[in-house]
Amino acid sequence: MSPRRRKVRRDSERGDPIPLALRIGVNRFDVLAAALALGALALVVAAGQQMRAPLATLETAPISLDIGYLPGYALRTTIRMFAALAASLVFTFAIGTLAARNARARSILLPLLDVLQSVPVLGYLSFTVVVFLRLFPGSVLGAEFAAIFAIFTSQVWNMTFSFYQSLRTVPGELRDAARSMRLSAWQRFWHLDVPFAMPGLVWNAMVSMSGGWFFVVASEAIAVGAWTIPLPGIGSYVALAIAKRDLAAIGWALATMIVVIALYDVLVFRPLVAWSDQFRMGAARGAEPPHSLVLSLWRRTAALRTLDAAVRRGLRKATLWRGRAGTVPRPRVRASAGTLVYWSALTALAAGAAAYAWRFLAATDAREWLHVFVLGCITLARVVVLTLVASLVWVPIGVMIGLSPRWTARTQPFVQFLAAIPANLLFPLAVFAIVRFGLDPDIWLSPLIVLGAQWYILFNAIAGASAIPEDLVEIARSLRVRGFLRWRTVLLPGVAPYAITGALTAWGGAWNATIVAEMVHWGDRRLVAHGLGAYIAVQTEAGDFARIALGVAMMAAFVVAFNRLLWRPLYDAVERRFRLA
Amino acid sequence: MTNEPLLRVIRLCKHFPKAAGEVRVLEGIDLDVRAGEIVGILGRSGSGKSTLLRAIAGLVAPSSGRIVFAGREVDGPPAGVSMVFQGFALFPWLTVLENVSLGTRALGAEPESAHRKALAAIDLIGLDGFEGAYPRELSGGMQQRVGFARALVVEPKLLLMDEPFSALDVLTAETLRTDFLDLWNERRLGIEAVILVTHNIEEAVFLCDRVVVLRPNPGRIGAEVRISLPHPRDRLSASFRQVVEEVYALLTEREPAPARAGEPAIARHLRRVSVNAMAGLLETVAAPPYDGAADLPVVAHSLQLELDELLPVAEALQLLGFAEVAHADVMLAAAGREYALADTQRRKQIFAACALRNVALVAHIRDVLRARPNGRAPRVRFETELEDHLTEQYARETLDVAIEWGRYAELYEYDDVARELLLEQPETAPPPTATLAHDE
Repeated sequence: MSPRRRKVRRDSERGDPIPLALRIGVNRFDVLAAALALGALALVVAAGQQMRAPLATLETAPISLDIGYLPGYALRTTIRMFAALAASLVFTFAIGTLAARNARARSILLPLLDVLQSVPVLGYLSFTVVVFLRLFPGSVLGAEFAAIFAIFTSQVWNMTFSFYQSLRTVPGELRDAARSMRLSAWQRFWHLDVPFAMPGLVWNAMVSMSGGWFFVVASEAIAVGAWTIPLPGIGSYVALAIAKRDLAAIGWALATMIVVIALYDVLVFRPLVAWSDQFRMGAARGAEPPHSLVLSLWRRTAALRTLDAAVRRGLRKATLWRGRAGTVPRPRVRASAGTLVYWSALTALAAGAAAYAWRFLAATDAREWLHVFVLGCITLARVVVLTLVASLVWVPIGVMIGLSPRWTARTQPFVQFLAAIPANLLFPLAVFAIVRFGLDPDIWLSPLIVLGAQWYILFNAIAGASAIPEDLVEIARSLRVRGFLRWRTVLLPGVAPYAITGALTAWGGAWNATIVAEMVHWGDRRLVAHGLGAYIAVQTEAGDFARIALGVAMMAAFVVAFNRLLWRPLYDAVERRFRLA
Repeated sequence: MTNEPLLRVIRLCKHFPKAAGEVRVLEGIDLDVRAGEIVGILGRSGSGKSTLLRAIAGLVAPSSGRIVFAGREVDGPPAGVSMVFQGFALFPWLTVLENVSLGTRALGAEPESAHRKALAAIDLIGLDGFEGAYPRELSGGMQQRVGFARALVVEPKLLLMDEPFSALDVLTAETLRTDFLDLWNERRLGIEAVILVTHNIEEAVFLCDRVVVLRPNPGRIGAEVRISLPHPRDRLSASFRQVVEEVYALLTEREPAPARAGEPAIARHLRRVSVNAMAGLLETVAAPPYDGAADLPVVAHSLQLELDELLPVAEALQLLGFAEVAHADVMLAAAGREYALADTQRRKQIFAACALRNVALVAHIRDVLRARPNGRAPRVRFETELEDHLTEQYARETLDVAIEWGRYAELYEYDDVARELLLEQPETAPPPTATLAHDE
């Protein structure tokens, strides 16, 4: 699940429904960015290859299928999630700010982020696992970091884009006011930029977290070649259950996961969203401001309030630090000197990265490339068909729900909840069925691809339908527009931009899911469908790094190409035609 | 008042570079502000008055020229200058008290003293009781009071006000103005001078000791009027009306045609004026009691419009050759009279003829479309052409206006999905009875 596409249309509340990455123009920077990303990938691959030599299995406590261990495993999994979230926040603040403030950095960072978020997270997990293991030899820390890094890469991009976009849209008058009050750069960051970005950031962080469960489960039980890293956690528990064909254990794991996600929803998600609502601009807020029982409790408990006040005092002191005294921001006059140096350095770096990556990929021959390309086309067909089918099913249902405010209020939290349940926990059930009835994996493994991603289509359709102005619905009723005509002239155009966003989100998630869905295990049985995802998975098991790199690069190329050639024009057209201003 | 001025603006220029030449926003501004003065900067939108104020606030760097405040060169927001904004610019996540105290806290004041000062400012400005409220809970008038308190809490010498009352309704604005003036006249604000940017003539005459009239294209000082009426000023008194009339005339003075080298006529900025508004003004002026010639302040008053709303319409009429505008008077030309009396179809013909003759861009678009075999041209083609001479925003606005006028005149059409302009296709043209759909 490539994270940006998981971003639901929440920021439409800020009148800005266009997925951020869709706005970036295609230009020379894309070429540079692609080269840099490829080079970085190759570097990681090389590092991983060198480290392969002494194959060793980590000496850790073996995973046990005893149910008593499950809460502990769940806790470790959850801690990994929050560690990755913290890392994502730091990255977001640093890179988002750099991109927003520095035109030069922006020109390369935006395309770079766009390419990076299209690289399938599960694809390069194998490299990062090996790298981190070598960084912390003999310690489980390496595997921990690898898992955290995987979650980090799955959730950081849309947060960074959201923060960047917020920084670019801070109202000019507020910016002027802050500067004319002579706030230092540090003060403006914490008292203007961060609060302004907070609602979008919180929302994207939460969406990232939801998607992150999928990756944490997958990354705990990763097996690269002969390396098996059994990190204590829900993911490895499920992996062991699959290996031992223990359906009951899988059921327990699923139940635990549901409890964990429910707790996280109540204790973290809702309080944060309710809290961040105070940072929303303008008087006009949604019909009902988000509410959280936990937040209300926190605010009303005297002891906690004292703590709260102390924390606030500390924060205020830190954020009011003046920085270098008297640094009053001066209006800058653009200097053009150094541009040549900058460009030369960047181009040289990109060229070096591309050459390096090429040397690496050259280990595979043209026949292999063609083969992988064909596999990519097969997976593409699978993803397209399933995204379409899921849209055909869920958009009408979502519209029906969204037209009724009561039903919307009831179902939306539930759908959010469903979206957070890692679909890969459900895979064993499907696999069991396929093995049991001897079904064709090429067809019957396919639905697993959209199992997790479909909820974003439903979610966006609901949001879209509830955003159709009441006036339009009423005039249609008063003109007696009914049946198919009603769908064609009122409902579908009304939700079109939302439906596109939902489909785009599902599409990105589906590509990522192919890696775990096109090849699955049940005990010692292995079901493999034809496709690029299966190719990456198989090569990961075999530990063939050159082929993994090829597969991952091919998948990223497919995703980037289709985002640029299909989704962006489609989105622009739909947006212009159907946007309800 | 013979001592050194509090603020000196010397030969100030602000240019923005464009592909062909540059857009000159401010040109050679000289302005002194002394202690004890309220100086009004009056001009229509696009005259650069906000840019001038932001330059004085140290928010915009001048292209050339100097700004000296209290003896020191301005090269960033200076200590001793505060600003009040049109849109209030309050931090929505801070309470009234936090908003007001942020400025002193940020400059390193101890929490207790910041708190004390903020409470004093809140008290002074009449906000007591609202300390704990969030801006979204307050009415516009109360929000702007917070804006004033926030500006005053840092004890500035010079207060800059950027259309501070224009986002408020008439009654609220008037209350705030008188409250502010009372505090100023009682010397309770602790500030030495005020600069007020506005487009509202009555407001300027009501508040200011001196009004500076900015002319657009490029923004430069056109005239200066000293107002020595005693406070409180009576808006209905003859002397007040006379000053208003005088400033009105200065603002509407016919400009010498912009004779800028390398500036083609098609790149003339067109302001967003709807055909309906033009028709409305033509009909009003053509009818009794005006019978073809009217005093703009009188018309504005009777239509309850502000100058900034009425003047662009009058100017558009002048540009199209429907009327002459000079010294706050509007006089219909022959085409204007004929238009006012004609029916819908005839009106379109008159409008088309006038637009082709007088608006270079409209004629240009028609010529380009005619020269193309399929009669189509992408919107961006014209936008790029305009952007060589106008800012992006102005280019877009100008083209939008040319499209609306051309559509109304049935000279060409526009397809917003394909983003193309195209010649009117006779076979797809709507029947003559269905052409009244040009509402704003």
